[in-house]
Amino acid sequence: MREPTTRPDQHHFFADLDETPLLGVDAIDEHAAPASMWQDAWRNLRRRPLFWISAVLIVVVLAVAIAPSLFTSIDPNAKTACDLSHSLEGPSAGHPMGYTFQGCDVYSRVVYGARPSVAVGVLTTIIVVLIGVAVGAFAGFFGGWFDSLLSRVTDIFFAIPFVLAAIVVMSSLKSHRGVITVVIVLGVFGWPQVARITRGAVLGLKNSDFVTASTALGTSRLATLRRHILPNAAAPIIVYATVALGTFIVAEATLSFLGIGLPDSVISWGGDISTAQRNIRTDPMVLFWPAAALAITVLSFIMMGDVVRDALDPKARKR
Amino acid sequence: MTTNLDATGAPIQQHGTEPLLKVRDLQVSFTTSTGQVQAVRGADLTIYPGQTVAIVGESGSGKSTTAHAVIDLLPGTGKVTGGTIEFGGRDITHLSAKEMVEIRGAQIGLVPQDPMSNLNPVWKIGYQVKEALKANGIATGSEADKRVTELLAEAGLPDAERRANQYPHEFSGGMRQRALIAIGLAARPDLLIADEPTSALDVTVQRVILDHLQSLTEELGTAVLFITHDLGLAAERAEHLVVMYKGQVVESGPARKILSAPQHPYTQRLVASAPSLASRRIQSAKERGIESDELLASTGGTAKPKADDVVRVENLTKVFQIRGSRPGKHTEFTAVDDVSFAVKRGTTMAVVGESGSGKSTVANMVLNLLEPTQGKIFFDGTDLSTLGKDELFAFRRRVQPIFQNPYGSLDPMYSIYRTIEEPLRVHKVGDKKSREARVRELLDMVALPASTMRRFPNELSGGQRQRIAIARALALKPEMIVCDEAVSALDVLVQAQILELLNDLQAELGLSYLFITHDLAVVRQIADEVCVMESGRLVERATTDEVFDDPKQQYTRELLDAIPGSKLEVFGGDAA
Repeated sequence: MREPTTRPDQHHFFADLDETPLLGVDAIDEHAAPASMWQDAWRNLRRRPLFWISAVLIVVVLAVAIAPSLFTSIDPNAKTACDLSHSLEGPSAGHPMGYTFQGCDVYSRVVYGARPSVAVGVLTTIIVVLIGVAVGAFAGFFGGWFDSLLSRVTDIFFAIPFVLAAIVVMSSLKSHRGVITVVIVLGVFGWPQVARITRGAVLGLKNSDFVTASTALGTSRLATLRRHILPNAAAPIIVYATVALGTFIVAEATLSFLGIGLPDSVISWGGDISTAQRNIRTDPMVLFWPAAALAITVLSFIMMGDVVRDALDPKARKR
Repeated sequence: MTTNLDATGAPIQQHGTEPLLKVRDLQVSFTTSTGQVQAVRGADLTIYPGQTVAIVGESGSGKSTTAHAVIDLLPGTGKVTGGTIEFGGRDITHLSAKEMVEIRGAQIGLVPQDPMSNLNPVWKIGYQVKEALKANGIATGSEADKRVTELLAEAGLPDAERRANQYPHEFSGGMRQRALIAIGLAARPDLLIADEPTSALDVTVQRVILDHLQSLTEELGTAVLFITHDLGLAAERAEHLVVMYKGQVVESGPARKILSAPQHPYTQRLVASAPSLASRRIQSAKERGIESDELLASTGGTAKPKADDVVRVENLTKVFQIRGSRPGKHTEFTAVDDVSFAVKRGTTMAVVGESGSGKSTVANMVLNLLEPTQGKIFFDGTDLSTLGKDELFAFRRRVQPIFQNPYGSLDPMYSIYRTIEEPLRVHKVGDKKSREARVRELLDMVALPASTMRRFPNELSGGQRQRIAIARALALKPEMIVCDEAVSALDVLVQAQILELLNDLQAELGLSYLFITHDLAVVRQIADEVCVMESGRLVERATTDEVFDDPKQQYTRELLDAIPGSKLEVFGGDAA
């Protein structure tokens, strides 16, 4: 240390204690409300208009899918539902969206088309998350040759174009087509992305001190994976699943449009878009309504995924 | 400016009488989602040409923010909302971005905190130094290449010409920091801001780098604004200190005066608990008069037979297989080489060493998280390797860890209650009601209010989280706790508080600690015996007093000399 010299502005100064009150070392604020990560995320979500818009849309779509009869008095599945004398007629009282080429009410078909679309989206997402999380978690957690094996299998499925594979399989399953077949086919080819996300999250977490601390307590490896690692890896998986749900609905519509998704006996947006295509020049509105329903549903899930990611990951938050 | 400072400490009068940097009533605030947060409130700072001034404070005190405001590098939404900054007589508070670019580098240099992330990994070191020269219009072309070599050599990099052609990942932390110093001084600025330049480095490296920086800036007549959390380090390196607390300057003045007669209560607290200035073990146990005999016996080096060993480690060796370039081709790396020691019940054994010395590997083997390659660990006389699955589960209750990073050691998804209750649940201790009572008792032991248990880790500070980790470790009434750098990530005052707590708990519960640390100053405060490790081998083992008063090995002496502030004698006989 060097000899001090006193120069202008460098004399020994100390602040008045009244102006710089001394707080307790590391005192805890007893009055703040406790908040977990999820509560924090909820507080953040509550203030976002985009969250409320997509939430309302999702609730409406789900309600329509669960109970379509509450939204329309016409049952498009009834034999008497279509009347060729109304073919391609415009909107009229009780038929706000007009009629199709076959003289069926467009509005009721759009309402009833929600159920298969949402069912395919939700069920495929569940299957994809189950397979993807299992594969990704085991690969990331156990590592070594087991990881190499599972990762290569994931890569193989990843390399197969998702929709192309679905087209190939679905077109060879002509006689067994239905919601369940579509779900299984989309599920089988859709899981690699979830597996990758899960594996990455698990790899990042498995060397955390809190995982080591749990091991040092004597918690078994599988229990540690279940109790500590997976809950912490949940956020990115939930975000991806929400967005993926929208893309699976699109995939189902694509397959149905191509005539190899849901059979004609099932009313679906994709099938209706396909049928309406023939009259697109003269009556574009017949195509517009199911397409709009599809777009709004998919958009609401993707928007939801986006706001949830922002809420769960403060670093990705736009300022 | 060709001034030389007298190393012996003669008064410095040859400098100009006009201040180089004059900060008055500086106000800096950040905009957050909850409104404006004042990070700096009315800070004053004066630096004369060629002078070294240090800002000391804990994290969040506004010390870095003040320095960054000077060179207009405030992160994110930070903004200077009041006060003036004068540099060389010119008001630079509200300069345009373009004018500021001219001052940065050319007149005010910066040596950033983290040498690991502040060099671009895809460019060669030489190129990055050259960039600094080109940006400030110092030199171009082959002349610049020559200058780069000179600058790197000047920053103390041997074989500078070859080094300039290497990439950052080929450099050690200390070498990277030297490269950053070369960049900071490339344009010969009048002022160099050094923001915790060595906090990420080992103590011995830290000392060498700071010595070099000091002699270099003295030679060049560069003024240095040194930012640090370590009062001892600041006092050793700077002639004038500025102590900041909660965004305000609470005390400033000549370093010696502040150390010997601190006026503000915060400074007093800081001086009292600065680990580098502490001279002896925390003696709370002795004051309480609990089992002091046993403690003293071990400190005195005369081991009584009744003090049995909790853990005895014999010829412990750990060899890691490092994956080679081809599959099947391994190189072996001996992380721990033939280490033997014993921890007496109710005492603290510190294992000291720099990064890579194998000290954490020892801790993991004692915790039975890693299998030793050779050698044996006896816990209470039982060989750990002979334990079956159920016995191992029972062993886990008796030894618990506390880790370094308070932000990583608690599961962010678990409430504090669940975190502390987890060990009880895993070992099926008691019913729900008795467990809750135990959690309350544990929180009380670590001096946290019971209401804390409804909170989540993200709401707590580093020190509070570390106390939760201690409570969790204590839940199963273990006999030994392995602290792996348990206090190194904490602010000095909080660190002192946690050490005090650990010491009280030891006296109260008769705990034994295995304390892994790189910081000899901490060892002085908590340990009864010390093992010094160097590249996997145990080089010295003795009682704490012996190691500090009469180190046998050259390496131990180097470590001791590297403690910042070890040469300060302001406290008279105490610091000897």
